[in-house]
Amino acid sequence: MAPKTLYDKIWDAHVAHESEDGTCLLYIDRHLVHEVTSPQAFEGLRMAGRKVHAPDKTIAVPDHNVPTTPGREDPSNMTEDSAIQVAALDKNAKEFGIHYYPVSDVRQGIVHIVGPEQGWTLPGMTVVCGDSHTATHGAFGALAHGIGTSEVEHVLATQTLIQKKSKNMKVEITGKLKPGVTAKDITLAVIGATGTAGGTGYVIEYCGEAIRDLTMEGRMTVCNMAIEGGARAGLIAPDETTFEYVKGRPHAPKGAQWEAAMDWWKTLYTDEGAHFDKVVTLKGEDIQPVVTWGTSPEDVLPITATVPAPEDFEGGKVGAAQRALEYMGLEPGQKLTDIEIDTVFIGSCTNGRIEDLRAAAEILKGKKIAVKRAMVVPGSGLVRAQAEEEGLADIFKEAGFEWRLAGCSMCLAMNPDQLSEHERCAATSNRNFEGRQGYKGRTHLVSPAMAAAAAVTGKLTDVREMI
Amino acid sequence: MDKFTKLTGIAAPMPLVNIDTDMIIPKVFLKTIKRSGLGVNLFDEMRYDRQGNEIEDFVLNQPQYREAEILVAGDNFGCGSSREHAPWAIKDYGIRCVISTSFADIFFNNCFKNGILPIVVSEEEHALLMKDAEKGSNARITVDLEAQEVTTSDGEVIAFEVDAFKKHCLLNGLDDIGLTMEKSASIDAFEAQASQARPWV
Repeated sequence: MAPKTLYDKIWDAHVAHESEDGTCLLYIDRHLVHEVTSPQAFEGLRMAGRKVHAPDKTIAVPDHNVPTTPGREDPSNMTEDSAIQVAALDKNAKEFGIHYYPVSDVRQGIVHIVGPEQGWTLPGMTVVCGDSHTATHGAFGALAHGIGTSEVEHVLATQTLIQKKSKNMKVEITGKLKPGVTAKDITLAVIGATGTAGGTGYVIEYCGEAIRDLTMEGRMTVCNMAIEGGARAGLIAPDETTFEYVKGRPHAPKGAQWEAAMDWWKTLYTDEGAHFDKVVTLKGEDIQPVVTWGTSPEDVLPITATVPAPEDFEGGKVGAAQRALEYMGLEPGQKLTDIEIDTVFIGSCTNGRIEDLRAAAEILKGKKIAVKRAMVVPGSGLVRAQAEEEGLADIFKEAGFEWRLAGCSMCLAMNPDQLSEHERCAATSNRNFEGRQGYKGRTHLVSPAMAAAAAVTGKLTDVREMI
Repeated sequence: MDKFTKLTGIAAPMPLVNIDTDMIIPKVFLKTIKRSGLGVNLFDEMRYDRQGNEIEDFVLNQPQYREAEILVAGDNFGCGSSREHAPWAIKDYGIRCVISTSFADIFFNNCFKNGILPIVVSEEEHALLMKDAEKGSNARITVDLEAQEVTTSDGEVIAFEVDAFKKHCLLNGLDDIGLTMEKSASIDAFEAQASQARPWV
């Protein structure tokens, strides 16, 4: 048999129907649902008199548009539009009989943090959600990607997606990372190298020693931003680190089923000699703590660099860089470490897990913030509880951070957590687009440790000077 | 879904690369639980100032492009979030076709679910079409899905590729949930086999 990639294996195990032209119905094992991209899909089902095909494989949690301040169990403490979207999800979850974690549940949180935490996400699965950062679940060796609302409706009604297979791309990170360099720096460095369209048409498999050395939290951070590189999905082959993380989770298999699952999971790797259509290799030891200077995640530079000039680029990127510099209020040649920060945001599906909070707290211990405001939004109620138990919450609060409830918050700024005009933020989230964190707000993407360092000094800072 | 067959219309030029879905429809408009009425907020932050006044030099505010039905846009159009509100807003504005050198994957798929045709062309063809679009409302571009051809105002013909299944659905305005449900026997058979092979799922 011809050698297969990990993606080939998962794909082949999920084709429910294939037409002559190669169009497939891909069976979906887990469908995650949130309040912002699902109301129109449920309404579509209702109008057509259709049911949810596999309610047991469908999990809903409100996260995008919920407040992260206390008292939110009471809808009167939400903005009207939030209350309407959350009420719609409450109603749809109940009416269609799907699994549901309401805001009052300690397990509530960002859908991509809740799925793995509860053991819904398992190796070899297909996972979709009406959210582009579904790529996160690829860290488990699951084929996971974002879909639009029409596709949400399609999956609800049929448990399948109409798909054509993507091409295979390998991103290898060799060797070891240097101190102060994290999974976030890896994923940003890769996007910096390939561009935001570099992965278009591909599913990426991340591999190499530096990837193997990452924890599950770190691997989720890497796969989370595969979408920012344009890829349909990012994958990492499951190994002992994966199995250790999954074992004992509420919805992970147990007993004989665990053994049966392990037998299959251990076959989920790319065979020797399998074909990749594109290969990118970075040396782990060359990766430095990075920061974005512009308004696209590909605008990445090491923290030791200076702001580039438009003429450093070619083609359409010249105009885009000019526009980005104006938007960000930066001058070519300025040292990145001279950029003053108003606000620090730690959270999101990229960096809202316990390890991220530990990394930030390590830098903040015994220090005070030198920025106007700083906020930690844990990725789930359980991450929040664990951080409180470990004393991390006290470190954040004593440093001057706000300690919020779980949600997407200022990553996409749908809820009241927003930047004001020209407010400059060091953020652990995933997008620095114009207006992403608030109208005319300015975002610099960084790792949690780098965000904490910026909070302490009031400027973008090389975290290596603080460890 | 509305059919897409053949369209002759004004093309608006937007040469900026990496136009993301936050630009197409800012998140503040994602608070709706409906699909309709988003056209007025298409490209909201580029199109209006904070007081809601039109920004004059934005392309769709220029008199010659107000009735545009085609967009000729820079590379990697539609990157970012999966929000289908982006194609909903585009369609609601009256734009039925977007032409670029590349599109982000999720946005590209979302277009086909909403009767919008995204067309990928080469850099040379893109430059030609961008130049044509910059001529304003006198230069009308024709997009023929059946023939898979774009014709410039000067009569120059550019052929394009489109997935056969997506083309079929778009030409006939087909609801793909209905089409998939016709294959429910295959889905049921797959489920029966998968629940044996992977009972823990």
